[in-house]
Amino acid sequence: MERSTLDLWVGLFVIAGIGALTILALKVGNMGSFAGSDTYRLSAQFTNIGGLKPRAAVKSAGVVVGRVAEITFDNDKFMGKVVMNIEKRYKFPKDTSASILTSGLLGEQYVGLEAGADDAMLKDGDSIKLTQSAVVLEKLIGQFLYNKAAEGGPSK
Amino acid sequence: MFERGSSIDVRGIGRHTIESVLRLGYAARFFAMTVMHSGTSFRRPRLIIRELYYSGVLSLIIILVSGLFVGMVLGFQGYQTLKTYGSESALGVLVALSLVRELGPVVSALLFASRAGSAMTAEIGLMKTTEQLSAMEMMAVDPIARVVAPRFWAGVISMPLLAALFSAMGVYGGYLIGVVLIGVDEGSFWSQMQSAVDFREDVVNGVIKSFVFGIAVTWIALFEGYDAPPTAEGVSGATTRTVVTSSLAILGLDFILTAFMFRGV
Repeated sequence: MERSTLDLWVGLFVIAGIGALTILALKVGNMGSFAGSDTYRLSAQFTNIGGLKPRAAVKSAGVVVGRVAEITFDNDKFMGKVVMNIEKRYKFPKDTSASILTSGLLGEQYVGLEAGADDAMLKDGDSIKLTQSAVVLEKLIGQFLYNKAAEGGPSK
Repeated sequence: MFERGSSIDVRGIGRHTIESVLRLGYAARFFAMTVMHSGTSFRRPRLIIRELYYSGVLSLIIILVSGLFVGMVLGFQGYQTLKTYGSESALGVLVALSLVRELGPVVSALLFASRAGSAMTAEIGLMKTTEQLSAMEMMAVDPIARVVAPRFWAGVISMPLLAALFSAMGVYGGYLIGVVLIGVDEGSFWSQMQSAVDFREDVVNGVIKSFVFGIAVTWIALFEGYDAPPTAEGVSGATTRTVVTSSLAILGLDFILTAFMFRGV
């Protein structure tokens, strides 16, 4: 094997390897759609975040507009604080409301943004004031049973 | 087995234990020596390029072909299973996640161990048997710096590249079966894959895995060759041990790394 041919093959090998990594990053992974730089941060506080996890989708009208960056517990208000990275090209009015929804009956939980009518737009670091917590199934069943009992009580 | 009447061979057990601990210590010293003496091979990159050709380029065919076939099998099996739940569109997610997280790094490392690792052991073992290593020492050339270190770095560099090629090939194999042959919707195949596979969590962790496997496999292969008894039998035994030990090391390390990485956020 001559030296130059050998170098050529090794060069091709390294290029192919790096090319495969790029394919994995851009075509298979989500590097292409969400580069770190062109997003801005919004936060929202919920009384109950349910089963929301970091990296969960943030959707508005069903379209993915961002991802949940981190979830922390606010020890002053005793609420869950959800920080989201929203793509820069999507702007939302100041009175946008955020709610935690579930895709399908048993699907993943995501944050749904419902745009308001305010003229001013949310900026980087702003927080969404209007929030609706996740629906907790146990609470819902408890409430249902309680209501049933209340209905049945007087008629007896 | 049973020397001296009926008593168990306690001395034998002790000897084996001490021998294996000694060998482990020697292997650790060998690893440290390799890393410390790698300066020469970085000053003369041609040595590494030569070894990259032998361990990386020559393993390319087997890696690409097996990646394609593993991806195609995943496409078939995944489709069969997902069809029962009516979620064929998640086929892309299944293929990509299982390849990028597990199969890519692990299977390519196993193939690398048997294709390139065994060749390294046999080559160095034979160099030792034919006293080429001693001859180098006589000429004041450090065999670790001249022979071992370039092979080590070539293995460490080529392993992540091979694993990435394996995964990429496998994803296209799954695409070939899922979309082209069976007819899963192409849009949902790619878009669900992209929304489920995270670059940092999945792709980078897979690369870290293959990097660790590269270090483990090359280290084991080189040490077995360097430590092989200088006989024909010794070299053949060392080659076998390379494949067995590095396969076990890959699977064990894979478990540990997976436990650390994907603990479910």
